[in-house]
Amino acid sequence: MTFEPRIIGFLCNWCSYAGADLAGISRITYPTNIRIIRVMCSGRVDPVLLLETLANGADGVMVMGCHPGDCHYIEGNLQTERKFKMLKKLIARTGLEPERLRLEWVSASEGGRFAELVRDFTNQIKALGPSPLSGEKQDPNILEGILAAKSAAADFRLRVLVGREKGLTEDVNVYGEKVSQEKFDETMDKAIADEYIRNKIYFLVRKEPLSVKELSKRLDLSPQMVLRHIVVMRRRGMVAVDRVEGITPLYAALEVGR
Amino acid sequence: MEQVKGEEDLRIGVFICHCGINIGGVVNVPHLVEYAKTLPNVVYAEDNLYTCSSEGLSKIRENIKKHDLNRVIVASCTPRTHEPLFRATCEEAGLNKYLFEMANIREHCSWAHMHEPEKATEKAKDIVRMAVAKARLLKPQEEPEIDVTPSALVIGGGVSGMTASLCLADQGFKVYIVEKEGELGGRLNQLHKLYPTLVNASEGLNKIIEAVKANRNIEVWTSKVLKQIKGFIGNFEVTVQKGNGETANFGVGTVIVATGADVLEPVGMYGYGEYDNVITQLKLEQLLKDGKLEKPERVVMIQCVGSREEKGRTYCSRICCMTALKNAILIKDMFPDTDVYILFRDLQTYGGHYEDYRRMAQDRGVKFIKYGLEKPPEVILRQNGRLDVNVCHALLREQINIDTDLVVLSTPLIQREDARDVSRMLKVPLGPDGFFLEAHVKLRPVDFATDGIYVCGTAHSPKDTSESISQAFGVASRAAIPMAVKRLRTEAITALVDENLCTGCGTCVKICPYGAIVKDERGVARVTEVVCKGCGTCGASCPEKAITMRHFTDEQVIAQALAALRRELA
Repeated sequence: MTFEPRIIGFLCNWCSYAGADLAGISRITYPTNIRIIRVMCSGRVDPVLLLETLANGADGVMVMGCHPGDCHYIEGNLQTERKFKMLKKLIARTGLEPERLRLEWVSASEGGRFAELVRDFTNQIKALGPSPLSGEKQDPNILEGILAAKSAAADFRLRVLVGREKGLTEDVNVYGEKVSQEKFDETMDKAIADEYIRNKIYFLVRKEPLSVKELSKRLDLSPQMVLRHIVVMRRRGMVAVDRVEGITPLYAALEVGR
Repeated sequence: MEQVKGEEDLRIGVFICHCGINIGGVVNVPHLVEYAKTLPNVVYAEDNLYTCSSEGLSKIRENIKKHDLNRVIVASCTPRTHEPLFRATCEEAGLNKYLFEMANIREHCSWAHMHEPEKATEKAKDIVRMAVAKARLLKPQEEPEIDVTPSALVIGGGVSGMTASLCLADQGFKVYIVEKEGELGGRLNQLHKLYPTLVNASEGLNKIIEAVKANRNIEVWTSKVLKQIKGFIGNFEVTVQKGNGETANFGVGTVIVATGADVLEPVGMYGYGEYDNVITQLKLEQLLKDGKLEKPERVVMIQCVGSREEKGRTYCSRICCMTALKNAILIKDMFPDTDVYILFRDLQTYGGHYEDYRRMAQDRGVKFIKYGLEKPPEVILRQNGRLDVNVCHALLREQINIDTDLVVLSTPLIQREDARDVSRMLKVPLGPDGFFLEAHVKLRPVDFATDGIYVCGTAHSPKDTSESISQAFGVASRAAIPMAVKRLRTEAITALVDENLCTGCGTCVKICPYGAIVKDERGVARVTEVVCKGCGTCGASCPEKAITMRHFTDEQVIAQALAALRRELA
């Protein structure tokens, strides 16, 4: 049987959902693979929801919103764009192909464009093949990666950075300072790397208590770096020393504090 | 009936529409009905030829009662057109309208996949299953009601603001006009005569000013600056800065932005600011008005100076062609042997009156030369103080040299510097050209996306006096609606903050495009429900995930995704 991908589309009510309506009204055909979820604004699409959808085996996920400047809610779509920038970088670390996620702008008058984008995305996903997280047997490493990414996207740090990007890079703070886009991106990249790896560590030590040395081996990361993360994670109440073997402490995940 | 305690109390009814042959001709509807019956908590399913017909609607009402349904799904067309109808039907049967869910199996399925009936049926099954997944998690919602203060704030006392004020005042509403300048009248104070009737601008203006001053429902605040506007439709609180450092406060139900526009000072273009005999149309108006224009031997007017550019100000300022024609005619009438040239790119003299006007100018001997954007004219100062205008005639493809003693530049209306402050204060947007941006270009041309705030006149886009007056009439009728009905029901799909989770970080306060979220005295985010439009951007951004979007909760959205993927939550 040929591979028929399962594609989920999150469409904003005002532009893209109406664009999809128009495709139907105009009898413009496109592949049947997409399943559409209506939200009021693309800005409402939380990165956590997208990671959850990918974790559950969607072969592809499309988010569609109004063109920049056309947003029914003034600039919700620009927030979506900022979230996507972060999300793409996060997914790239998990081993899942970031191309399985796509953001597009479709206006209420672009039925043809909607159909064209869905056709193109469906073909692209067909070429890519089934998601390693679809079907009965999910790839455990990638699943772990996506779940770590989901926790990272649900955590305070990345959300605050995304939420404050506009304010930080476009306005001045109380001291009259402004953060350059380059500086912001640099901070963001570091935060993504840190938060992803911390959540990876968390999921590893949740299965069994592990030493810094063992974690370093499994994550292919220097013991110094692992230790640095462990220090932060202990402060945040994510992990604690489980027991000491010889002179080596083993760390375990804490459920409380998360 | 609506208060469902446990899952076992859920009673979902599914009504599947054939829509004649629109759906039934492609999707296997009877099969879909049987399938719907197998879905969790579905206690009743049926198909209708047209669910939206009066017969279909009464079947929904009947079966809500007969089967004690507490969730209703209609699988038919797009919710964008038919959801209000079905919601109203549910309400008539005593069911909260937010317990209704729609499955779009026409626009998104049968119409788009009409050549693949089997796949379309499979997709329709998924769409219905997704709707059931969401319906199981729906909660009844209440639409808050608010009172509307029957008064309006009009920002700007120009012809637009005054006209709108008079219309509202004559309907019995209290109006406050706040004008920055010392006197009413705005831009018209500077103009000489108005096209196409050549009536003195001051004549019409004075009548309006007198009417405003005489109207007991209008309070005029000149030389006053707006300091702050808080609140929402029906209940705005306005703070005005008085000259002596004191402030005054009053409440209004609606706000009209009529702040007008500026005229571009084309410094550095065509020798403007450098040569005294290169002036703008506005300056020419003043000279004509004051009777101070000395007879020129020749006048060259250049159109589209700083407008219709390739980048930057790309828009057409709409009034400049007619202004140039009018002033050319006035000069010709005063000094018949003065040569008048109009160098234009395209002449926009739309409509009957305006095209007649162009002919009038031509009959008086005004000369028209077309130039192209790629080869704009050059203005060079000569030793004797006169000017040389070199222009490439776009039709003859020939370089023409005009010796002249006066060059007049037609510059566009541009947004005022302080519009940004008004935009920030009211949380209403400016478009890419800097002018205030309406809610919908075609369908809601004088409303802002934010309820209770409207825009008219040149603050919105360049327009002439009669167009500004028409728009002011329009704006007054729009603003009168909420004030006339006195009570409003507002959006129920709003953000809900879990105060136990909120840490008061303020991310949502910054993100909300409507200023609907403030931090209260305890430092916790508080949503002003009537201001919230329910976009959900705050919820998707909240660092603590403390914000729930009513009717589009995380659980509901993810349940739909999982239903589409045929999965349980991972």
